[in-house]
Amino acid sequence: MTALGDVRRRRIDELAARAGQVPEGEGGVSLTRSAIRRLRRDPVAIIGAVIVVVFLVVAAFAPFLAPRDPLAQTLLSEIRPGSIPGGREGFPLGVDNLGRDLLSRLIYGSRQSLLIGVVSTVLGVVVGMALGVLAGAFGGWVDTLVMRFVDIVLSIPSLLMAISISVLLGQNQYALMIAIAVTQVPIFARLLRGSMLAQRGSDYAVAAQALGIRKSRIVFGHVLPNSLSPVIVQATLSLATAIIEAAALSFLGLGDPDLARPEWGAMLANAQGFLSIRPELAVYPALCIIVVALGFTLLGESLREALDPKFRR
Amino acid sequence: MNSFQGGPAGAPVLEVDDLAVTFTRRGEQSTRAVDGVSFAVAPGETIGLVGESGCGKSVTSLAVMGLLPRRGVEVTGSVRFNGQELLGARDGMLRRLRGADMAMVFQDPLSSLNPTVRIGTQVTEVLLEHREISKKEAVEEAVSLLDRVGIPDPRRRLDEYPHQLSGGMRQRALIAMSLACSPRLLIADEPTTALDVTIQAQILELLRELVVDTGTALVMITHDLGVVAGLCDRVHVMYAGKIIETADRYDLFARPRQPYTGGLLASVPRLDTGRGTPLTPIRGSARDTIPWEQGCAFAPRCDNAQDDCLTEVSGAIVPLEYDGPGRELRCRHPLTYPAAPAGATALGAVR
Repeated sequence: MTALGDVRRRRIDELAARAGQVPEGEGGVSLTRSAIRRLRRDPVAIIGAVIVVVFLVVAAFAPFLAPRDPLAQTLLSEIRPGSIPGGREGFPLGVDNLGRDLLSRLIYGSRQSLLIGVVSTVLGVVVGMALGVLAGAFGGWVDTLVMRFVDIVLSIPSLLMAISISVLLGQNQYALMIAIAVTQVPIFARLLRGSMLAQRGSDYAVAAQALGIRKSRIVFGHVLPNSLSPVIVQATLSLATAIIEAAALSFLGLGDPDLARPEWGAMLANAQGFLSIRPELAVYPALCIIVVALGFTLLGESLREALDPKFRR
Repeated sequence: MNSFQGGPAGAPVLEVDDLAVTFTRRGEQSTRAVDGVSFAVAPGETIGLVGESGCGKSVTSLAVMGLLPRRGVEVTGSVRFNGQELLGARDGMLRRLRGADMAMVFQDPLSSLNPTVRIGTQVTEVLLEHREISKKEAVEEAVSLLDRVGIPDPRRRLDEYPHQLSGGMRQRALIAMSLACSPRLLIADEPTTALDVTIQAQILELLRELVVDTGTALVMITHDLGVVAGLCDRVHVMYAGKIIETADRYDLFARPRQPYTGGLLASVPRLDTGRGTPLTPIRGSARDTIPWEQGCAFAPRCDNAQDDCLTEVSGAIVPLEYDGPGRELRCRHPLTYPAAPAGATALGAVR
């Protein structure tokens, strides 16, 4: 055996030894943990997460971050002819038509927008998943019944549905949340049912059945956990939609009538009258809506990739 | 109908009699996937169900386990487990039998394990379902089960997920799960198809040991004649939903009578033929069948076929008949052998 052969052989041995090693802390990696690990390596996910976290922090600490009282009007103190909303000294983003600080209103507005978005999405996910599990687990006539109902709800345009419900339940922020949630329910119900049906016919479900595992355990212990990832992704994406829809409903005047709670959509509606002279009054809240929605969408999209088993190592 | 005779001591664990499975779909013609299949397995015995894809061997096993969907499937005949009729039995009773008294190992070990659940949870789950033991005892039992099927470092493996195990380990884990409650009947549906050859040999050896050690009755479903040769006491060859030949493994390999069996054996690559010799396939494909009502389903592909194979004879389908001790045959023109089979091999007979 030549020296060259020896060297090469040793190298192969080394490589082989390394290939057999499991890196420290890799034992027992769950789906969740490996997804998080992949998310951390994805720049898109990081951008999305940073945007979402920034807005959450702003919303949580609004009273400390806002430079002024979002409700205090400064107009009356210096009322004079020709006084128009817009930039003014001491107000970073200017004031609105009543002389209220725009920046403070945007900061406080994030609370309302995120709250409505999160609550309505959670509500939609919970109800939608309950219906989805019902249909996906039982099948048969239960499935038909639930899905026909969901189809009916789905066939009504979501904004029209939300408007009808807001009108029906009266004008308050809870009605707004419920209205948006109702439009989300069919999406989650369909999604979960579809993914449960696909999983129910899968080999491991049949294998579990062949081992005599009881049905409830198969549904909740095996099928459901495997069906959740599209729901998680959709929930993240739905947060963006919910925030936009909340703003749209406020814009249409169906939002929270309580003026003590500034809201981006309502601010947008309010700025309409001054669009030709002070477009920035509309641009800032619109930008907030867009950026938050973008943040959730980016996060959702990369979550979809991270949870996709095809990309698992 | 059932002509099971002899075999190892004891009454058969499983008796399948005239089993037929028909898939019906609205607006479409129904398909008879399994047609009049009968066989029996005694404790400690291994039988093979052999045939190509779509011949009904997997459907047979699912029907025995009661795992076929209710809707659109019609199962007739009789499946008796320890003398107890399983067809039409209540779901709860079937569920208690499955996993405890009868178990099944599937083809693809990766997809048969739940990817989101730890191995340990999946093994203990079976134990907790069928036995009155505590969670702690179940974990200990799971460790010894994994150890028994030859998984090294079983305690660590319990915390791992299926994707972290190799293909062979996964199949071992699945076998461990199916053996958790020492079933009296194990159905293995092509358990080695998804594995590479060396692992195949290990898994087969494991199954063989288990049968010998515990006296479990094993039904081996396979298209691999090598598996049959190494493992099965008796072999049923299936074609187009029917058993067409039954023999013990020595007889089958030495003197296949059905031309289809002969073709299967002839198509296996052999070490003693010269290099570059083309393989001998069976003509056509599984789609070239005629309904059994019109003759022999294999006739369109058969070299031995004669006119009466392709036509209905006296209104009866080709019967499965006695063909010597321990043998049964469904063929009008079987392969024949000289009285003294000196040097007559399967290969020679077919050519």
